[in-house]
Amino acid sequence: MTAAVLKTTAGLALAALLATATPQGLRAEDTIKIGILHSLSGTMAISETTLKDAVLMLIEEQNRKGGVLGKKLEAVVVDPASDWPLFAEKARELIEVEKVAAVFGCWTSVSRKSVLPVFEELNGLLFYPLQYEGEESQRNVFYTGAAPNQQAIPAVEYLMQEEGVERWVLAGTDYVYPRTTNKILETYLKSKGVAAEDIMISYTPFGHSDWQTIVADIKAFGSAGKKTAVVSTINGDANVPFYKELGNAGIKAEDIPVIAFSVGEEELAGLDTGPLVGHLAAWNYFQSVDTEANAAFVETWRAFTGDGERVTNDPMEAHYLGFNMWVKAVEKAGSTEPDAVIDAIVGVTVPNLSGGYSAMMPNHHITKPVLIGEIQDDGQFETVWETPGLVVGDAWSDYLDGSRDLIADWRPPMACGNFNTATGKCGGSGS
Amino acid sequence: MYPPPPTLPRAALNAGAAASAPPAPKSSRGPMIRACLLPPAQAIPALRALLLLALVLGASLAGSLARAEESADLRAAIAALAKGSFAETEKRIAALAALGDARAVPALEALAGGDLYRREADGAVFIARSAGGGYRLTEPLSLQDVGTAGRREVKKIRVNNRLRRTIRAALGALTLSASDPARRLAAAKAILKTRDGEAVEALDQALARETDPQVAAVMQAARAAAVLASDRSAEEKSAAIDLLAARGDREAMAIVASIATAGDAPLAAQAKAAVARMERSQALWDVARNIWYGLSLGSVLLLAAIGLAITFGVMGVINMAHGEMVMLGAYTAFMVQGLFGALAPGLIDYALVVALPAAFLVTGLVGIAIERGVIRFLHARPLETLLATWGVSLILQQGVRTLFGPTNREVGSPSFMSGAFELGQLTITYNRLWILVFSLTLFAALIAAMRKTRFGLTIRAVTQNRRMAASMGIRTPLVDALTFGLGSGIAGIAGVALSQIDNVSPNLGQSYIIDSFMVVVFGGVGNLWGTLLGAMSLGIANKFLEPFAGAVLAKILVLVFLILFIQKRPRGLFALKGRAVEA
Repeated sequence: MTAAVLKTTAGLALAALLATATPQGLRAEDTIKIGILHSLSGTMAISETTLKDAVLMLIEEQNRKGGVLGKKLEAVVVDPASDWPLFAEKARELIEVEKVAAVFGCWTSVSRKSVLPVFEELNGLLFYPLQYEGEESQRNVFYTGAAPNQQAIPAVEYLMQEEGVERWVLAGTDYVYPRTTNKILETYLKSKGVAAEDIMISYTPFGHSDWQTIVADIKAFGSAGKKTAVVSTINGDANVPFYKELGNAGIKAEDIPVIAFSVGEEELAGLDTGPLVGHLAAWNYFQSVDTEANAAFVETWRAFTGDGERVTNDPMEAHYLGFNMWVKAVEKAGSTEPDAVIDAIVGVTVPNLSGGYSAMMPNHHITKPVLIGEIQDDGQFETVWETPGLVVGDAWSDYLDGSRDLIADWRPPMACGNFNTATGKCGGSGS
Repeated sequence: MYPPPPTLPRAALNAGAAASAPPAPKSSRGPMIRACLLPPAQAIPALRALLLLALVLGASLAGSLARAEESADLRAAIAALAKGSFAETEKRIAALAALGDARAVPALEALAGGDLYRREADGAVFIARSAGGGYRLTEPLSLQDVGTAGRREVKKIRVNNRLRRTIRAALGALTLSASDPARRLAAAKAILKTRDGEAVEALDQALARETDPQVAAVMQAARAAAVLASDRSAEEKSAAIDLLAARGDREAMAIVASIATAGDAPLAAQAKAAVARMERSQALWDVARNIWYGLSLGSVLLLAAIGLAITFGVMGVINMAHGEMVMLGAYTAFMVQGLFGALAPGLIDYALVVALPAAFLVTGLVGIAIERGVIRFLHARPLETLLATWGVSLILQQGVRTLFGPTNREVGSPSFMSGAFELGQLTITYNRLWILVFSLTLFAALIAAMRKTRFGLTIRAVTQNRRMAASMGIRTPLVDALTFGLGSGIAGIAGVALSQIDNVSPNLGQSYIIDSFMVVVFGGVGNLWGTLLGAMSLGIANKFLEPFAGAVLAKILVLVFLILFIQKRPRGLFALKGRAVEA
């Protein structure tokens, strides 16, 4: 035998060995696979890695309780590397190759939009845990984060009523979520009688780090004799320099409060919050929520990560809710088949961490309480206001042209994500 | 249990309260009598009554009874803060302030700071500081230590922004005659913000006593604001508008502007004219502001680019891992600060000073390793160098992410880098000022090193004519490695400075790499002065565009301008001439 032939056969043997050694073939029958589609590298890793760990923890907990339908759950983690097209590829890989029963993932709206066609085509299930701009309801997607009416609108209402704010700065990062949210807020404010000159809208690029001009502008805008507040949809990394500049420029929460929709406990971890006490955030969950369920959740999380200081945040609770809803729906349907789960999950109710029960609605959004919290000097939020009851997520905003008449209801016989009540047809505002 | 009645003389207690000079009639009584009249921290009413009875029977002054009752009122008013909704608490703060007793100040300050707690067992209110697993309790009136409580035994009294505003207004009225000028200043500023029409008389009294001109100026402004909010005569109001207009800052403008829209006709006209005048002067200040912001942004760009000016500018290596050197420098600052926090918490302010050489060393060594390990094999192959260093940058990023986690790390600001000061109508933040000073110093040091030292001479020799330098006995590979190390080390130092204004996260470097190349190319490759001028002019251009075009468009416009400029002058602002260019 020649050396070349020897090499080839050795290679083939090795390949064969590797193929049989992979446990997939053996274990696929007795486990249920759960896909985790969160960026572990690139810009979004800062936020998404935590969510990957959260789902791993939930799976471990569920397995300790005996799994689902008598089978253990198995996590399949992929890294879409903050690269939007790669999200679609990895989603395809999870559903087609790994045959996962459900996927928990995505952070930015653009990554969600990128995977939508994949989930539709392959009939997968996606649980999306972030607050987002709304204007969407898809059969295969469950939106466990807040829609604008579960975060932005109540936040602005709070500022109007409790703080007497009359002048508004809408500051955001320049992409789809802040732009849509600000459009909704602008219409809402105008409908409440706020004049156009009392609204200032400012957008900044991703990762903006030089906030001097904008902070000075906010200061100037706030010195017109009317109570002013900033509604911030500034995303991720840009927040730390923004708050640092605010603190150094001496803008106190008593003078010009900033209410943020994308700043949670995780984002504050890189910041000395002493100068920021009193600035606000609107979420559906805070780590400081004083319930037994939450105390247990925080404790489990810290034990799981091995870090006694590790914080929890709102998107983690969203995954907690989404995961428990999926488990309950699977048990109700007696199967992990996507069609059966989609039918079974509407109406499923699970306890949330703030002491109530969240339910999956027919529009694939969930009911949540809205909490307004003030930043404390220990990096936590303290709830200063909350909605008296739960708020139903509204997929299509009442404050945008073209979406006012739309509703979503995925139960038969309607089974439509954009039913136009004006024309009585499914297919959006154009139909 | 509760401590015995305090026996400290009243004066000592006052000093502890930091709000001296109680109102005149009260201070007429002797210190001894008042001392023994102070009730125990939390006396049961019966005991207090008995004590009072004994005192009355003891034929003490009749007024002392009122005094003791006042204390009881005050105590009750403070205890009442613990109950009810925010709206109710707001009323109670106003009631407490209406008592006009400066002894309420510590309790109010603690409430505003979130340090006022209610003991679950008996509803008593304490100032609590976190200590160990629980809290150290201080009695809010006597300010005496009354032991500790576990985490679950006391509950924080919640406040929100509205309450903090109310508290600040109340404190303003109560501390207007404090002995510390800083506190009087804060009090006057609080009244200026709240524009309380009732405060005019108190301000008049305070102004009569005031000796500090700076505090007096703020009090004057506060008085003017208060006059405008009161129902005083039109002449007085008109004088107040003039006074505020002369002040000319944003705050004064806000007050006058509110009169312009809501006042009576003649006053409104005067206010409108005053606002117009102030706006004109503000416009001038805005230009100064933009220049300052531009210089500040320029200094950040300079910091980011200065290391690249060596590795790319002088050596000609397209170094995509430059941003990661900045990032490693910032993480070194984080590590050094952590070490200081653990070993010498008192010296934490100096951690950054120590972090500078540490960062230079760490990133310099990493730089030398990259040069020896990768770049020297790719000499004169720019495309491969670009790809290889890009790869190195990804490896470094992910390495840091694995080691330190993907979330932001906090590098605290030393006290001399926090806050801001006013220069005319400009607010200059200390961290930006220090970064400007630091980047210019670094630049000067680098220029000096290149011009005056032997190492600088050999660097210039090798980059201008490698073969000639080698034949003169210079060990060119060593010089290459050291030069790359120098550029990387300087990037690391820049990282320490940038940790003060930006996120310390694995992505830190990425956000600076484009800007750095932009500056070096614009300034002229190979010319350090060009880098300085390029950074500053890009910074200022950006800041002048931003108010008109918005942050996003300003950045795009600067890039477009840069592309056009490079078309016209491909070698940047300061092109190197002569043989060095071809080499």
